[in-house]
Amino acid sequence: MAIAADSVFEESDFEATGDPIHRTRKTAMWIWLGSEAFFFGAMISTFLLYRTTTNDGPGAEIFNIPFTSASSFILLTSSLTMVLADNAFQRKDQRQGRIWLIGTILLGLTFLAGQIFEFTEFVHEGLTLSSSPFGSSFYMLTGFHGAHVAVGVLMLSMLVAFSLRGRLSSDHGMNVELTALYWHFVDIVWIVIFTVVYLLQI
Amino acid sequence: MATTTHAHPTAKFYWLIAAFLAVVTAVEIGISYIEVLGPAQAPLLITFGIVKFITVAAVFMHLRYDLRDYRTLFLFGLLGALVVFAVVLAVFQAF
Repeated sequence: MAIAADSVFEESDFEATGDPIHRTRKTAMWIWLGSEAFFFGAMISTFLLYRTTTNDGPGAEIFNIPFTSASSFILLTSSLTMVLADNAFQRKDQRQGRIWLIGTILLGLTFLAGQIFEFTEFVHEGLTLSSSPFGSSFYMLTGFHGAHVAVGVLMLSMLVAFSLRGRLSSDHGMNVELTALYWHFVDIVWIVIFTVVYLLQI
Repeated sequence: MATTTHAHPTAKFYWLIAAFLAVVTAVEIGISYIEVLGPAQAPLLITFGIVKFITVAAVFMHLRYDLRDYRTLFLFGLLGALVVFAVVLAVFQAF
């Protein structure tokens, strides 16, 4: 499929890579995301270590793959709405940026609601935080990821509030970009969790 | 202060990437149910997961278009995660 270069790229005018403050904040964000990769790496390793230690209780067979697949689609879609929000703010289109941010918040909340529903179902089937090492590592991993999504929703809500109060001018577009980086990171962590924890276990 | 500008993808391109990710996820889910694949199933799922991971990081997180330093920092984190992963599994003799 041939795509014309000018339909793929556009100039970003507040993307001031020469600005030291911009670079410092973004570098700090990437260092932090790198440390988060360490954190989730350790959690995923722990889960893999205990994936078969179910103490004769429920294990991976109780996973509802169609349901979790729908959740994955929702989180992937939220990455699209997030990047479109970032794109709109870069074009100084505050109104459209807000619409995409609100869309991202709603998708994030839907994902969280799905996770709460999933956890409730698993608890009813006997998989609790203390039922087995499998349960502990599963809830710790997916629960911490859910907590990251919740923090992301909070950050996005603050951006919407700032934008509505006129405190998210083009000079502050960096805040949207940094929040977007965080949100996409949460999404790529889920890509790993969905593949390793759910799909490879069934 | 002089600022430099650089190109970022357009909204249309982001939609195309999202469609690609949706297709890859659908294929992944399909593969997870195909028992005939046997031992090829896990490597295929891992490959598709890596493709999605790299696509989101490169396009949505702009690593493909931003400064190389950011890429290096993130790769360092990922490498660290892989080392943690290998050490934990080796210590508990999970291999």
